[in-house]
Amino acid sequence: MLARIVASRDLMLALIIVAMCLLIATRFPQFIAPGNLIAIAADSSVLIILVMGQLCVILTRCIDLSVASNLALTGMLIGMLNTAQPDIPVPVLALLASLFGLMLGAFNGALVWLLGLPAIVVTLGTLAIYRGMIYVVSGGAWVNAHEMSPAFLGAIRQEVFGVPVLLWVGVAVVAIVAFILRRTAIGRAFYTVGGNPTAAVYAGLNVGRTQFVAFCISGALAGLAGYLWVARYAVAYVEIARGFEFDVVAACVIGGISIMGGIGTVTGALLGALFLGVVKNALPVIGISPFWQLALSGFVIILAVVINARSARSRGRQILPTQREAAP
Amino acid sequence: MTEERADPPADLPFRDRGRLAGALLRWETLLLFVGVALFIFNALATPYFLNPWTLSDATFNFTEKAIIALAVALLVISGEIDLSVASIVALASIAMGAVAEIGGPLPVIVATGLAVGVLAGAVNGVIVTAFALPSIVVTIGTLSLYRGIGYIVLGDGVFKNYPPEFAIFGQSYVWWVISFELASFLVLAVLFAILLHKTPFGRSIYAIGNNTLAARFAGIRVERVKFLLFCLSGLMAGVASVMLTSRLGSTRPTIAFGWELEIVTMVVLGGVSILGGSGSIPGVVIAAFVMGLITFGLGLLNVPGVVMSVAIGSVLIFVIALPRILAMVRR
Amino acid sequence: MNSRVEIDADPSATAPASPAPVLEVAGIGKDFPGVRALHDVSLTLRPGRVMALVGENGAGKSTLVKLLSGIYQPDAGSIRLFGKPVKLPSAAASARMGISVIHQETVLFNELTVAENIFAGHYPTTRLGQVDWPEMRRRSTEILAQLEAYIGPNVVLKDLSIASRHIVAMARALVGDSPIMIMDEPTAAMSHREIEELYRIVERLRAEGRAILFISHKFDEIFRIADDYTVLRDGELVGTGAIEDTSRDALVTMMVGREISQVFPKSAVEIGEVMLEARHLSHPTEFDDISFQVRQGEILGVYGLIGAGRTEVMQAIAGVGQRYDGEVLLNGETVPQGRADKVIRKGIVYVPEERGLHGAVLQLPIYQNKTLPNLGAYTRRGFLDLAREVEHSREYARLLDLRAAHLSQEVGTLSGGNQQKVVIGKWMMTAPRVLILDEPTKGIDIGSKAQVHRLVSRMAQNGLAIVLVSSEIPEVLGISDRILVMRAGRVVAELGRQEADAETLVRHAIGVN
Repeated sequence: MLARIVASRDLMLALIIVAMCLLIATRFPQFIAPGNLIAIAADSSVLIILVMGQLCVILTRCIDLSVASNLALTGMLIGMLNTAQPDIPVPVLALLASLFGLMLGAFNGALVWLLGLPAIVVTLGTLAIYRGMIYVVSGGAWVNAHEMSPAFLGAIRQEVFGVPVLLWVGVAVVAIVAFILRRTAIGRAFYTVGGNPTAAVYAGLNVGRTQFVAFCISGALAGLAGYLWVARYAVAYVEIARGFEFDVVAACVIGGISIMGGIGTVTGALLGALFLGVVKNALPVIGISPFWQLALSGFVIILAVVINARSARSRGRQILPTQREAAP
Repeated sequence: MTEERADPPADLPFRDRGRLAGALLRWETLLLFVGVALFIFNALATPYFLNPWTLSDATFNFTEKAIIALAVALLVISGEIDLSVASIVALASIAMGAVAEIGGPLPVIVATGLAVGVLAGAVNGVIVTAFALPSIVVTIGTLSLYRGIGYIVLGDGVFKNYPPEFAIFGQSYVWWVISFELASFLVLAVLFAILLHKTPFGRSIYAIGNNTLAARFAGIRVERVKFLLFCLSGLMAGVASVMLTSRLGSTRPTIAFGWELEIVTMVVLGGVSILGGSGSIPGVVIAAFVMGLITFGLGLLNVPGVVMSVAIGSVLIFVIALPRILAMVRR
Repeated sequence: MNSRVEIDADPSATAPASPAPVLEVAGIGKDFPGVRALHDVSLTLRPGRVMALVGENGAGKSTLVKLLSGIYQPDAGSIRLFGKPVKLPSAAASARMGISVIHQETVLFNELTVAENIFAGHYPTTRLGQVDWPEMRRRSTEILAQLEAYIGPNVVLKDLSIASRHIVAMARALVGDSPIMIMDEPTAAMSHREIEELYRIVERLRAEGRAILFISHKFDEIFRIADDYTVLRDGELVGTGAIEDTSRDALVTMMVGREISQVFPKSAVEIGEVMLEARHLSHPTEFDDISFQVRQGEILGVYGLIGAGRTEVMQAIAGVGQRYDGEVLLNGETVPQGRADKVIRKGIVYVPEERGLHGAVLQLPIYQNKTLPNLGAYTRRGFLDLAREVEHSREYARLLDLRAAHLSQEVGTLSGGNQQKVVIGKWMMTAPRVLILDEPTKGIDIGSKAQVHRLVSRMAQNGLAIVLVSSEIPEVLGISDRILVMRAGRVVAELGRQEADAETLVRHAIGVN
């Protein structure tokens, strides 16, 4: 029965998103024009990618607050690399970005795994370190659009079947993470390790190593997002994506992922990210100042966790014989 | 299995040193040494450092955060956390700015700031305790919510019509080089130390942080204690907001942005376990000075603020990793 | 279907107990801070035989199971598998070497499906290395059918009853076709019908030639399905042999066999007015229509199997459990619900069973633990009065003969018995009128047990009304004036001191007459 509620939770969130779009469309029909919907999805692509990584980490009962700093640092390095070596092809740059991000994620993961440090403290620390490193490598300078190669900027804007590459990358990441979580042993281990660490040990799993892998995935995706972000906004500087980690966690919470680990789906995470994306794009359309966005997302986070809290008080153990058992 | 006697002692001796002077003070002593080393480094780096006025100026960059850290330390010891404190500072500052804008008198302005702080803290407390939710998620939510309300009210505008007397909280000196801010911090530190270490309320914070269930079984009203701690954390954010706003003389929605990280770092550096249950106010106070000295020292080297965060983040990780590494090496 | 069948077909099967042992444990020992959990225990499992591992709570059964499943490492002794000495460094290693363990339902995954619970950690994979869900579901259905349990493989575990979860745990152990199976109290939460089903399964596994270690403390069960027995008491081996060569009485003596002197008998006390009265306490799932009275100077024993609902009732009364229908009266006044602080102030205290979880704050010093339930009494003008805390703690340390280096020693560094003295002392220091003790001597050494018994008796003399929840029959019989027996959330018998004996208690508790 609870499984149905969880399933219908995703459905409810999807319905809310659709209802929101339709409601806006009654006043501004162009909002649900296919082109605009694709633009909104593409706009949410970076968030979706980060949310997929965060999903893996949160499933294992950890949290990665360093993703936005990772994104910014990787983005700056890739931007500088492009400026210095405009001939490196974009796919190689994207790969390098992922690898560098993976390294940063592995650093978080190693501290959690090998030293048993709490993930929240480690990633609060690396949030600051990675952000500061941007200044160290760039000297505070900006990488501007005119310094970037046309291929660097153009690659994600090309359209394939009418959809920009930026969005295709997001779709691919969702598919890959869905595959990992559903079809690989390590993906299933995220659920077991986060759901019941003791039982995971009894089942012969290494909790710390599993968490390490989740951090690596989160880091690699943040690195990839770093390239996408810089290419999309055509600028790299110290402050990009500052505070974006809270949007990522917010999307996860809205998507029904339990911060206590072990519960969460790709669908939920995706819907959570799309919800924030639609809200962000809808505000200017309906004439609400974009200054409302932050407060709204905060409000929605709290609403979502309260709804997810279900019955906080434990219902007690089943000691009395149930009717089925009482029958002779 | 440490020292258990074979024959019953007539009376068990009481040795508080076993605990206080042992594990806790050892951390604080270490911290103190670090602080002294940084002090000497700073003194050697610039001849102006030993000037009392330079020293006094150096305290401004951490006293406001340290005041909040006192309350956050209590929360962390109880096993909770408040990441929304910096946003509460902003919200309180904006409320004060709005009151000042319509010509509210000084006491009303200050009272507004403090009241908004307590209220915001109480909202955190109610959500966390009533629904038994993890405070990290709730306060990430209110972090956005409170700062977001600030943006709604102020947009990219600014409040700066504060009455001239308002400057006393952030710009005045109580005696010679001792600023109002520093004096307030020291007085509050003493009050918090008494609250945590000398009252039943403080004792129950430790009990809850180490073993919530045992505390509950012993009749401690866990939810009420946690609620009060969130209110206290909000109140201290309000106090810091009064001082910061007064010192800057203006309010923008980005005020105190990112402070939550430095405050948590201060608390953890002070020897408070992020998992709850242990830590002390003297530790947090020393940590505040150490962080102030680091920031000041880096400032002397013309290191920009964002790079200082590398140092602060590294210190945070190093400090919590050190005991684990030592334990691994010993084994 | 099982490769071990050939062993059973060996002609020597005509001579019982002769097949070569598959698992030999020799002189194994395990210490925890403050507790010697196992000392010099040996055990031999043979194919096609069921070994019952018997003992009271805290006798060391679970520790032995954890050593064999690779969760703990032994401090002494050796383990031989099929004649070869082995080490079991992890759960994975133990499973790989052919030991499967049916742990209690707590080591499953509530949020995952039945199929995944059965296969977690060793998923069937396709040729490309992907998790093969259809195969996993198919095999789950197959294994569950073998167990005659028709649970859908896609059902999420948390939607199952506790009994069905045990079946899932068992299915998990059957996946590997392991020659050695360990079952840790599998029947603890099962109904009669399910227990019968389980017996049939065990018999089939035995016929397949597997060696089975069956942990239990129910005598009916042991005589029903076991071939051999091993009895542990206080972490030591007290007897082993073939079931047919022993009797219930002999096993009981081995299991609980303390000399009478180890239970300090209650001295005669004049029993006064009714102090505590429970009236028709009910909760939807935990307990039903619980009524009892306790008088001044009286000790009311409450006996039952683990999971009979005794702890739940007492915690509800103490304001730390579930809310209930019905009423609790102290001296005729209603006791408030759900507020431990008010209950304590009224004079009812509950000394919990789980010392480290509910009783003590292990990281805090002795004196701070002792004053915790009544901090108000040690406060002067808002500040803690350290001198008074120390003085009062010292007084009770002396009274309880607490062995420690000093009063600021952390409770976690004390032995189990001394920890328990701190916990009992902390509640006595609130000067209560009603004392509810939940398994007060669980897991502590014999010397401390006698001291606790003497103390309980003395408190009754001082006019306290005492409720003693205990699973130790000699203890209940020894110091209670009256005994309630609970089974499955209900009071099933109330016996006077004279009419109660071990046999009667057990019969009522198990529900066999």
